[in-house]
Amino acid sequence: MTDLEVEERFKVIGHELRCLVCQNQTLADSNADLARDLRSEVEAQIRQGKSDSQIKDYLVARYGDFVLYRPEVKSSTYLLWGGPFALLAGGGLAWVLSRRRRASASNATPPASSLSTDQAKKLLGED
Amino acid sequence: MSKILRFTLPLLIFVGLGYFLLKGLDKDPRVLPSVMIDKPVPALKLPVLLEGQASPELWSSESMKGKVWLLNVWGSWCAACVTEHPLLNQLALAKTVPIVGLAWKDAPTAAQGWLGKHGNPFATVILDQPGRAVIDLGVYGAPESFLIDKKGQIRFKQIGPFTVQSIEKELLPLLGKLNREPAQ
Repeated sequence: MTDLEVEERFKVIGHELRCLVCQNQTLADSNADLARDLRSEVEAQIRQGKSDSQIKDYLVARYGDFVLYRPEVKSSTYLLWGGPFALLAGGGLAWVLSRRRRASASNATPPASSLSTDQAKKLLGED
Repeated sequence: MSKILRFTLPLLIFVGLGYFLLKGLDKDPRVLPSVMIDKPVPALKLPVLLEGQASPELWSSESMKGKVWLLNVWGSWCAACVTEHPLLNQLALAKTVPIVGLAWKDAPTAAQGWLGKHGNPFATVILDQPGRAVIDLGVYGAPESFLIDKKGQIRFKQIGPFTVQSIEKELLPLLGKLNREPAQ
């Protein structure tokens, strides 16, 4: 495997792994000592011909799911992945319901004092 | 009914949210859940620190099979290790558990000098200058300590320095239990 190929593969996987010292940086972007060592470990494994998922499994077994910037979809992360959509659906439902209620309410009881068009025009000074 | 709900529902949501946010304040975001518990300690083969030098022969974690032991990851560059060190010295003095010190990315001379200054509680000091064994252990900061049982399984992990409380409440009770377990 050429250096260029290793670099190309690292570019992809390195941006999916979290630097554990500076938690909101990816492994590819971080300058921390541990991140540097982890980078060379990942590169060594790429050279050994390991697949991306093998490398991720290696790190997850040691550092936990936290090391992945994009957590896997599994039973413990359903809420994480599905939560925003559930909230969106809930909000949408509430919106539809309140609209429907308002619409039926305005149909049932007309405004208490309805002005005629002439009266309204008078009030607006458009006479 | 719906009028009561209109006031109580936001209040309930607010209280619920407040509870979780308040709980979050006490959590240290740097402490990650340990995934290495109940897994075998990775096979470590590392040089030993001998009089300020790395030994040519390698120490192997296999040599600890049948014993309960503590692996402490430290470094002469590590500030928090200084605060933890007196506690390790006490553990060693009381012969509570054999402690193996893993000097992480440390020059042998620097490690030796630091132990001379702060005391040496370690039965063995092993050196990981490249920092690869530490990755195998899933370490992301120093100090970190692993309590390993007679079968070579990691049973407890301390992230960050030990405290009097963590030693008394967690380490010592577990140590007593592990010492009673059979070796096979």
